[in-house]
Amino acid sequence: MKDDVRIGVYICHCGSNIAGTVDTKEVAKFAQGLPSVVIAKDYMYMCSDPGQNMIKEDIEQLGLNRVVVASCSPMLHEHTFRQACQDAGLNPYLFEMANIREHCSWVTEDPKSATEKAKALVSAAVRRIYYQEPLEVREVPVTASVLVVGGGIAGIQAALEIANAGHKVYLVEREPSIGGHMAQFDKTFPTLDCASCIFTPLLSAVGQHPNIDLMTYSDVEEVSGYIGNFKAKIRKRARYVDEDKCNGCLVCVEKCPWKAVSEFDEGLAQRKAIYTPFAQAVPSVPVIDTEHCVYFSKGTCRACERFCDPKAIDFEQQDKEVEVEVGAVIVATGYDAFDPSVITSYGYGHYDNVITALQFERMCNASGPTDGKIVLRDGSEPKNIAIIHCVGSRDKNYHEYCSRVCCMYSLKYSHLIKEKIEDAEVYQFYIDMRCFGKGYEEFYERVSDEGVKFIRGKVGEVTNRTITEEERGKLVVVAEDSLMSAMIRVPADMVILSTALEARSDAEAVARLFNISRSADGFFLERHPKLDPVATTTDGTFVVGCAQGPKDIPDAVAQASAAAARVLAMISKGSVEIEAATAVIDEELCSGCKICNLLCPYSAISFDEEKSVSRINEALCKGCGVCVAACPSSAIAGKHFTTEQIMAEIEGVLV
Amino acid sequence: MSFEPKIVAFLCNWCSYRGADLAGTSRMKCAPNVRPIRVMCSGRVEPDFILKAFEAGADGILVLGCHPGDCHYAEGNHAAARRIPLLKKMLAQLGVEDERVRLDWVSASEGHRFVSIIDDMTEKVRALGPFSKNSGEEKHG
Repeated sequence: MKDDVRIGVYICHCGSNIAGTVDTKEVAKFAQGLPSVVIAKDYMYMCSDPGQNMIKEDIEQLGLNRVVVASCSPMLHEHTFRQACQDAGLNPYLFEMANIREHCSWVTEDPKSATEKAKALVSAAVRRIYYQEPLEVREVPVTASVLVVGGGIAGIQAALEIANAGHKVYLVEREPSIGGHMAQFDKTFPTLDCASCIFTPLLSAVGQHPNIDLMTYSDVEEVSGYIGNFKAKIRKRARYVDEDKCNGCLVCVEKCPWKAVSEFDEGLAQRKAIYTPFAQAVPSVPVIDTEHCVYFSKGTCRACERFCDPKAIDFEQQDKEVEVEVGAVIVATGYDAFDPSVITSYGYGHYDNVITALQFERMCNASGPTDGKIVLRDGSEPKNIAIIHCVGSRDKNYHEYCSRVCCMYSLKYSHLIKEKIEDAEVYQFYIDMRCFGKGYEEFYERVSDEGVKFIRGKVGEVTNRTITEEERGKLVVVAEDSLMSAMIRVPADMVILSTALEARSDAEAVARLFNISRSADGFFLERHPKLDPVATTTDGTFVVGCAQGPKDIPDAVAQASAAAARVLAMISKGSVEIEAATAVIDEELCSGCKICNLLCPYSAISFDEEKSVSRINEALCKGCGVCVAACPSSAIAGKHFTTEQIMAEIEGVLV
Repeated sequence: MSFEPKIVAFLCNWCSYRGADLAGTSRMKCAPNVRPIRVMCSGRVEPDFILKAFEAGADGILVLGCHPGDCHYAEGNHAAARRIPLLKKMLAQLGVEDERVRLDWVSASEGHRFVSIIDDMTEKVRALGPFSKNSGEEKHG
């Protein structure tokens, strides 16, 4: 036994969170009897100032050189207690936490079993810490530039905040223009601000900002490195128009004779084969869609080229790969709208006048496919309009979650319909009205007063099988009115489906690219749902906007600003601390078999041919320990997770 | 009193440890028999750890990592997926029942899955009865 090890053990009550189930006094008494334990105490809130001070005082007065706190998850307070130890002059790696809340008191019913389990966890921590060694936290410089992925409202907000603070931003957008979904909207709830009035100034600010390097029609292909020092490879797809030469006159678009369905107008209109998605696109440089351009399929036409004054058309243009170095990454890749054609009973794709929310949004927009007129497919004006809520949301067959914005945009539609068609009847088929934001409830009241009919119940079917004279020639919405406990049939000229917001179809690949996790609903997972809502488990990588979950514009903007603040804090400090728990090879023991070289996912291990040993680059090592477990000579030690420490922990949990 | 098995669970820091945290935060209840040990990656779990756990009195051992493709270290869990089955083959030859060692995946958002694995494992090992080991094995660490 090392006789100089002096351990202090602190058992937290966490109010009644732990002490309500675990007999903390008994655990403290048990800990007092463990080898090398000098003092064991229990206390109401270890994370409070008095709790932390208790540790600090004991380190000083009792000469403790190891500290164990049995409380909540290390994900929550490991940092707090490491800091407390450090303040008292103890190396932070001589601290260990036993998770007796999340892993014990909260999941165990029987107090006796919980107390026994807590003892086992404490004993494991005490035995483990005996072998723990002080480690030096490494500080690395932070590259003062940022990669923002996705140019919707969230990405734009983050990019502008950082660029305005004087730092370089690489903003990557895969579409030909930034703007995302918000650029498609007509008005925004609850203020009814015109979306483009508030948004286009931001778009052009991004386009003109000296600190923003905007890469549209581009994809991030590879990300490597670590917090403060990422490298990203970006592929700028060939747009066949030279961005430097193009003056944005768009004569090419006008002259192009070939058409395709407009993605931006949700299929309600056509665009040309050379196009910008919308009038205020940034950059105002068109792209050629090679699938629909006849020059690319048949080798003739070149009308755009003929009419282009600045000679910007370049059919020979190739994809270009760019590599950038950044200190942080902000992922703002947004959402996909749920495709309602899978709910066949609603008839989307089958009946002409069943449309999605985004289609209606385009229809209302003055610069949209119908110049802002609400019309049926045959051009006539609808009189009865039904809006079906929760299409794909709050539905166990599709998405269990609430998409959070549909109630509000559906209310907005009611208002817009009433504004444009005075005698229109609007029916809202809802499950619950969720108007939670600032000014939202008031907006609900206002729209209710405008004479909209609210029907509480789930729609079973939209059909053209009519029964009565009144229904003839119309669609019929068949629903349950759950307040009346009756089935009802509502004839409608137009049906709008308030479709869910869902994770991007390529979210899995994107998560892998940036090494971030996803929650069960497919959206990217934040580090902590309450206390760390924009960070991810990869340090230096943040997630904002609807990529993290459905949210409205104010929330997306708030998140983006929060992530920008985090990034700016990193940059202004100039350096970040990174984990000291890396692997190290004992060259005396290394037999030079190279097994570890191949296993390392970060290529952090190289082979020294001269000495015939492997060597680990500490800056690249992330401390996973895969090489440690694989080394047949036991030559690799995983710092802070050494074999000795884990073996001791195994013995400890099995007391 | 009926036999209460002792089960050691090696949890990776990024997915399954957080999945276990979520089970706690959500106040789900699970069998108290499992003793978690945090490792950075399921790929860190050496076969020796499992042998050691049996030697130290465990009746069953769980190794939980991130789902394939979701590993925080890109492919550390692939190493576990190769290593643990190999060890299980060897243990089978020594007469150790298959259910005593289980490798599985729990993501950070799968508190529910964590609980069901814990409960299922506890039931199965309880049914098997205590692990009996030979005495006089060499000590590790």
